[in-house]
Amino acid sequence: MKKSITVFGAMAATMIATSAFAGTLEDVTARGTLSCGVNTGLPGFSLQDDKGNWTGIDVDVCRAVAAAVLGDATKVRFVPLTAKERFTALQSGEIDMLSRNTTWTHTRDTSLGLNFAGVNYYDGQGFLVQKALGVKSAKELDGASVCIQAGTTTELNLADYFRLNGMKYSAVVYDTSDQTREGFEAARCDILTSDQSQLYAIRSKMADPTSAVVLPEVISKEPLGPVVRQGDDAWFNIVKWTLYAQVNAEEMGVTSANAMEMKTAADPNVKRLLGTEGDAGAKLGISADWAYNVVSQVGNYGEMFERNVGLKTPLAIARGLNALWNNGGLQYAPPIR
Amino acid sequence: MADPIQQPDVDSHSKTAIWNDPTFRSITFQVLAVVVLGWFFYTIFSNTLHNMESRGITTGFAFLDNTSGFGILMSLIEYDETHTYGDTFIVGLLNTLLVSVVGIITATIIGFVMGVARLSKNWLIAKIATVYVESLRNIPLLLQIFFWYALMRTLPPPRGSIQLIQDAVLLNGRGLYMPAPVPADGFGFVNIALLVAVIASIVLVKWTKKRQEATGQLFPAYWTSLGMIVGLPLGVFLIAGMPMSLDYPVLKGFNFVGGMRIIPEFMALWWALSLYTATFIAEIVRAGILAVSHGQTEAAHALGIPNGPTLRLVVIPQAMRVIIPPLTSQYLNLAKNSSLATAIGYPDLVGVFMGTTLNQTGQAVEIVAMTMMVYLVMSLSISALMNWFNKRMAMVER
Repeated sequence: MKKSITVFGAMAATMIATSAFAGTLEDVTARGTLSCGVNTGLPGFSLQDDKGNWTGIDVDVCRAVAAAVLGDATKVRFVPLTAKERFTALQSGEIDMLSRNTTWTHTRDTSLGLNFAGVNYYDGQGFLVQKALGVKSAKELDGASVCIQAGTTTELNLADYFRLNGMKYSAVVYDTSDQTREGFEAARCDILTSDQSQLYAIRSKMADPTSAVVLPEVISKEPLGPVVRQGDDAWFNIVKWTLYAQVNAEEMGVTSANAMEMKTAADPNVKRLLGTEGDAGAKLGISADWAYNVVSQVGNYGEMFERNVGLKTPLAIARGLNALWNNGGLQYAPPIR
Repeated sequence: MADPIQQPDVDSHSKTAIWNDPTFRSITFQVLAVVVLGWFFYTIFSNTLHNMESRGITTGFAFLDNTSGFGILMSLIEYDETHTYGDTFIVGLLNTLLVSVVGIITATIIGFVMGVARLSKNWLIAKIATVYVESLRNIPLLLQIFFWYALMRTLPPPRGSIQLIQDAVLLNGRGLYMPAPVPADGFGFVNIALLVAVIASIVLVKWTKKRQEATGQLFPAYWTSLGMIVGLPLGVFLIAGMPMSLDYPVLKGFNFVGGMRIIPEFMALWWALSLYTATFIAEIVRAGILAVSHGQTEAAHALGIPNGPTLRLVVIPQAMRVIIPPLTSQYLNLAKNSSLATAIGYPDLVGVFMGTTLNQTGQAVEIVAMTMMVYLVMSLSISALMNWFNKRMAMVER
């Protein structure tokens, strides 16, 4: 039950002493597995197939951290969480990190005792509409019923957008992404709102995907990224630099296929990244070949993106904002030196 | 009469050691227990505050005054996204209370009817009641809620609404729409008339009881009261020239606007809670009636009391003593089970306050504590009310 997890989490947060949270790195190393909170089911981001294998860009972030810390990308225990449960699970120490399409906002960063370690996907909120209604723009949505998932920033953006444009709406709030889609399919509401990337995923799951269209308007900024507990800077650094390592690897042309050869490349930047030169790993408190493990086992950022949500997948999302900075996008990583 | 047992001498107390004195020991242990318990809760409380502070989690109830910024599907008070988190608490609480109260009323009615029906001499009625009780009682409540909600989802979209009464009462996937009464000038007199009728009825019932006890004469007080409560306001309403208009639902854009609406989430939850709890109430009622020995009925018949009054004056008052205590726990169950609303998106306290509000503010400890307090207070109130009722119904020995 969702409720009991929240209650339990709150109680756990009260009982467990603070000191237990300081050394997440030590805990993970001692345990031998990384406990990572992910979405209960969102194609392209976090989805479990019928054999129990997890796929998705958020899931791969967990794997990358496991590869960096433990040297093995398979040593992850995935904990599926709903939007409502996610922060409590992290605060209470049930999971080591959260990688669950979570929007980085001021309130979440400052008042929950959590830190956002970066952005692995730049998203924005949009609308999915029943085609039969013939709506062309979000400005025509006055009086509509809106299906929405509980406990998300989308609930707030939706209210802001309708208020700003002097329109009325009634929100039908469901607990999970699947329930939201079912409500939309059963015409309980006229539109479904969520992050753009999710709209395509949700549409692909519909019985008749052609019966719905995604409207052009993007009404918000949704930088999604992994989250860790505040006050454990060593662990925060590891998660943050694992993300950066993947982006740097793409920029330098290091892929899972050529990582081995690149270890002996002439470029000192590549050598520092892959641990054949410098002490980047030691400074993070992990092995020297941490980034090599990440890239060789999980791939660089571009590989991760294309494999899970890219143009060759059912979601068919273009890089857009998520292209590298020197390619017209926002993905930019500080240098490793 | 002389007491054969010698009362202990007062002086004998002073001879025993103080720690052997039963009064002293019992007080000491009670004080100790209170101190330990108090220390335990204080430790938890201060530990929580300390831990949250050291980990940078905001605490306190200041968030209740902040603007919520999200909409809620159904609200009994005026609410929109410019209201505060404190208001979301009230909205959720009222929605929970609404479904609980309405659910308790319907569950009681269905339960009593089915309980009596199971004892019916008519084979078909008894079997129908049995099948109802045995099937619904044994299916998990959450599944039943999903079942009713799935049924609601098969209803057509607004543009293909089912017209139950042309352009006035209609049903679609967004709910059941009805005309809303809009009181005009002079409607206040109708309210006053209703109040007068209610007060007069109470006086009449009391007077009848007194007269019957004194003289034995009967007076149909309940029927007269019903007539007054319905008739008086109706009469005033007609005399005042029917000061009320109806606001009809009209299809405008995507949805029907105006009128009254019952949302499908409410209907699904209400039916599921009522039908499920009613099965247990039916069993309690049946047990209560069977607990009254058959000799009571026979004795009443021997005195020449007909069947109806026998049931009303002899069997049911005695059965009620058996029925009320377990009935209380069914009411408590229903109120607590209403929190399953969150599964289908009915905006109850758990869905709104412990769901969205908790997630937007992140203040889990405060919000979970407040929500638990609400259910505690609600359950204790139902309990207290039923205990009072039970005392009234208890056998008065003369």
